[in-house]
Amino acid sequence: MNFKRLTKKTEFYIAVIILAFCLLVQVRSGQFFTGNNIVDLLRSMTIPMMFCVGEMMVLISGGVDCSFPAIASLSMYFVCTKMDGMFDNPLPYFLVAMLLGLCMGAVNGFIVAKFKFPAMIVTLGTSSLFLGIMQGILGSSEYPLTSGLYSLGSTKLLTAVNAKSGLTSDLPVHFAFMIILVILAWLLMNKTMLGRAIYAVGGDEVAAARAGFHVFGTRMFIFCLSGALAGFIGVCRSSMLLTVSPNNMIGMEMDVIAACVLGGVSLIGGRGGIVGAVLGTALMTIVSNSLILLGVSTQWSRVFTGLIIIVGTAVSAIQEQQRKKKLFVTISDKAEVKG
Amino acid sequence: MSENIIKITGVKKYFGGVKALDGVDLVIKKGEVHCLAGENGCGKSTIINVISGFYTPDAGTIEIDGKEYSKLTTQMAIDAGVQVIYQDLSVFPNLTVRENLALNMEVASGKKFVSKKRFQEIALEAISKINFKADLDEMVENLTVADKQLIAISRALLNNAKLIIMDEPTTAITQKEVKNLFRVIRDLQKQGIAILFVSHKLDEVFEIAEHFTIFRSGKNVFSGRTEELDEQKFTYYMTGREIQEEAFRYEKRPDAKTVLEVRDLSLANGFADCSFSLKEGEILGITGLLGSGRTELAETIFGYHKADSGEILIHGKKVEIGSVKDGIANGIGYVPPERNVQGLFMEQSIADNISITRWKDHADRLGFVNEKSIEDSVAHWVKELSIKINDPQDNMKTLSGGNAQKCVLAKWLSLDLKVLILNGPTVGVDIGAKYDIYKLTKKLAENGLAVIIISDDIREVLSNCNRVLVMRQGRLAEERMTSELDEASLSALSVE
Amino acid sequence: MNKGKSSIDMRMFTRDANFIRLFIVFIAVFIICTALKGTQFLNLGNFQSMMKQFPEYGLLAVAISLALLIGGIDLSAVYIANLSAIIAGKFLLSMAGADTADGTVHVMIFASFGVAVLVGAAAGGLNGYLISGFGIPAMLATLGTQSLFWGLGVVITGGSSMSGFPKPLASMINKSIGAVPVTVILFIAASLLAGLVVSRMVLGRQMKMYGTNNKATTYAGLNNRKLVVTTHVIAGILASLSGIIMWGRYSSCKADNGSSYTMQAILIAVMGGVSPNGGKGNIQGVVLAVLIIQMVSSVLNMFNNIPTACRQIIWGGLLLVVMIFNYVVNNRSKRH
Repeated sequence: MNFKRLTKKTEFYIAVIILAFCLLVQVRSGQFFTGNNIVDLLRSMTIPMMFCVGEMMVLISGGVDCSFPAIASLSMYFVCTKMDGMFDNPLPYFLVAMLLGLCMGAVNGFIVAKFKFPAMIVTLGTSSLFLGIMQGILGSSEYPLTSGLYSLGSTKLLTAVNAKSGLTSDLPVHFAFMIILVILAWLLMNKTMLGRAIYAVGGDEVAAARAGFHVFGTRMFIFCLSGALAGFIGVCRSSMLLTVSPNNMIGMEMDVIAACVLGGVSLIGGRGGIVGAVLGTALMTIVSNSLILLGVSTQWSRVFTGLIIIVGTAVSAIQEQQRKKKLFVTISDKAEVKG
Repeated sequence: MSENIIKITGVKKYFGGVKALDGVDLVIKKGEVHCLAGENGCGKSTIINVISGFYTPDAGTIEIDGKEYSKLTTQMAIDAGVQVIYQDLSVFPNLTVRENLALNMEVASGKKFVSKKRFQEIALEAISKINFKADLDEMVENLTVADKQLIAISRALLNNAKLIIMDEPTTAITQKEVKNLFRVIRDLQKQGIAILFVSHKLDEVFEIAEHFTIFRSGKNVFSGRTEELDEQKFTYYMTGREIQEEAFRYEKRPDAKTVLEVRDLSLANGFADCSFSLKEGEILGITGLLGSGRTELAETIFGYHKADSGEILIHGKKVEIGSVKDGIANGIGYVPPERNVQGLFMEQSIADNISITRWKDHADRLGFVNEKSIEDSVAHWVKELSIKINDPQDNMKTLSGGNAQKCVLAKWLSLDLKVLILNGPTVGVDIGAKYDIYKLTKKLAENGLAVIIISDDIREVLSNCNRVLVMRQGRLAEERMTSELDEASLSALSVE
Repeated sequence: MNKGKSSIDMRMFTRDANFIRLFIVFIAVFIICTALKGTQFLNLGNFQSMMKQFPEYGLLAVAISLALLIGGIDLSAVYIANLSAIIAGKFLLSMAGADTADGTVHVMIFASFGVAVLVGAAAGGLNGYLISGFGIPAMLATLGTQSLFWGLGVVITGGSSMSGFPKPLASMINKSIGAVPVTVILFIAASLLAGLVVSRMVLGRQMKMYGTNNKATTYAGLNNRKLVVTTHVIAGILASLSGIIMWGRYSSCKADNGSSYTMQAILIAVMGGVSPNGGKGNIQGVVLAVLIIQMVSSVLNMFNNIPTACRQIIWGGLLLVVMIFNYVVNNRSKRH
């Protein structure tokens, strides 16, 4: 890919903005490029990044999923409380949570693909339903983490120490999961025909059906996958925090969707990719985590999140508008009126 | 093994209450170039979507290569060797040229993984067939209509097809590219591949087709060899009328004022240096290939685009038209080409669709609408244009193409217009309504309205306009009186 | 001939079929509630407490309905309500201290209501401008402003609840005229106006057309930008009224009051017959849906063994059921 084409991409601008912002924070505080700050950032972007992977795929297929925090919370809470102490191995917890998530995703997928309702309203509805089941029927509250997940949760990849302040930060093993997930998602989206089907369905549903893609099946798959991923991520979250905190993921959907769009994933579907989603999440995390280093009160963090969403989406919306308005007549060089 | 690649018997298809296909038959032999003809709205596109498995027919049988299919899906049709070049092209705007060319074939062969090497090979093979030069890494959304059409064509030629259906494949491409396509078609024919060719360009179909099937209003009216047809018979079968509709005769009145004048109008990537004028009572045709800038020119006069330079004069006075509102304020009405998307609100009532441009006039100073006066006005226009409806409160969706188009016209005619621009006025319109629209247009012109008809239907332009402009590559290339032209000469001018 | 006549009668019926259906549901819910709880439901005290509860989210539902009508959504309505109350509260606190004369306090309270409405209008205008000016999808634009308004609320209040307002404020909002609380009168007046706009005025008709096809409105010469901005300004004003009610009812304001109302308001709008795809619906249906939801909610409260969180299951499930039900009914009527 040549450089000119690269500079046309949203990903390129986001990368530049991230770099500029990091430098700004470094200049202002001198604390940005320190081992423990970097590790802290990587740690806090682990979970949002994983969610972003699922949301990106849903968005590219032309849908949107607002229910993944609810799916993640419910499946995580279910396995951590109902299967507490049943296994020493963390694997069954993950598998059952993914299965539960898959079923909940299937509900979303079926309603969206079958009735063609706006995915946002459907998933807002199922989100309320799933959270209600967790808070109402299961009566969720803080709960100690089951031993099977505890050892996984305390496994560290590395520990960074800040030479000046002596503060240490650990990078949990989940960061590796996140990296693997990103790679798998990249492979799925770019190297398999299923990935192409997701892009095709998001780009032009009718053309996709005519080309022989299974539109209903693709939509179902995407929501099921998003659900299963949410189940997995839910368990990751609780094991990372070393406690079962059921309400801790609620509200994340908005930041995650915003991060995807910021990274150039289109809300209308068909456009964007994993690189953009990753960069978008990175930008959101870095900005909200660096406000303290810039001397801004944490009270302002929501305002900044809002501004990033508005400015970021405005930029891509303007690009989209220009793309739609673009005309494609090749005009010949010389006038030639006869007759 | 059957000698027919496809045999369709008694197929019916309804949309709501509209009969798109009313028991049609179609038989295509192997290795035959077969032309399916018929006027706009006769059911051509519907039968194509039935053969490709995209629509499920309400009655009738489909037999492909001797095998009968009770429920044909798109995948089954592709597997049976049916390839379609759709009129709307069905390309993926968000994917690269390479992917667009290779995807369909890879799906058909059941591949699970993407291989850039294989994609590249397929894509190169595809574009080599019709000598189409393209940047394989470019996104399809950045291409011209002509290039998109070439992609759709080369993509269909690739697969191991037994039947290739081409629905208006030449609307955007130049004569040279059409020649290339015909060469390929003859090659394919030699390999025993059948082609179903759908086009309203007479010279093209007579050149390439051996066998004809003609539809009218969703029914078969003719099936036989090309030799059995001459132009007169062909016209009769198409229109169901012995005599051609009498051509529009423009009575040049000495006192006729120039209504619209366009001077050196230009729009980047749209058109350049367009100048022409239009007198009251005239019907001016504008023709040219898709992507020649004809729609952009019309939409700029209407105010949908803002011109980069040049002047528009109404009754000799320079006017600023920067928005559709300005266009309407200056008495310009525009019937857009994509009726269902640009012209109508399919989910709203017929009454609302007709009256939308006049609501403010039916409201008091506070903005409260006088329902009664709207109802009266709607009833008036429904009667005036003989629109067939049950209840003005019915959904727009319930109307056929012809009646729907009349609703778009009613919306404009209820305003006090000076210029009416019709872009593809009879696409997807049944015959009865089509002639109603022609008659109405002529009547409007006689009453002093200045009319512009944009169309690639040569016959439509010749019989309804007194003067025609031909656009090529964003410029006005020819200006002729229709009385000096016949179908062949005008057709040749537009694809030059 | 006979058949033709009956089909016309059917149409007259189906034109308002949704409202009739809702009315039947309303009666049914009323009967079921009475059957379940008898006089505990059917007494003046309960009705008065119900009337105190629904205006605040009813107004939000009407606001969100307007956004849905133009094919969009407003996820920020609840936070517009809070932000307008917070800014009005700040204004009131700075204008009227404990020693201010009674008359002045009353004037200042009314002035602060004006401030709240202005804030609501401005916030709605911002939403409308982001959507129509920049072309940001409504969901994202209002998601961004949700965060922004919420955040501004947090910054102004310092993250805690703002209180200590003059006493007349609470008594003004909690007053009743006869048996009817002032807030209900406010709700009726506001929804009547919104209903007139939607059903009887040029603006409302244009909104619905825009909601079904905003490309065709451009080709029909409508000013899309003005339309979207106006709609969201109205929605913002309605939200600010809801903010004023919550402010008075609790005598305090907070950046994240009533955060569960967004979901509930969407449910009410869809239940009231506003199409989630835009372009269809009316306010009378929404008002009826508000009353239905309030009855269900009150009766649920009377069961001590049902945790409040279970209401979320009911709201979410009901939303999906109503959407699917409307889909099935509409498809069946299409076929005939």
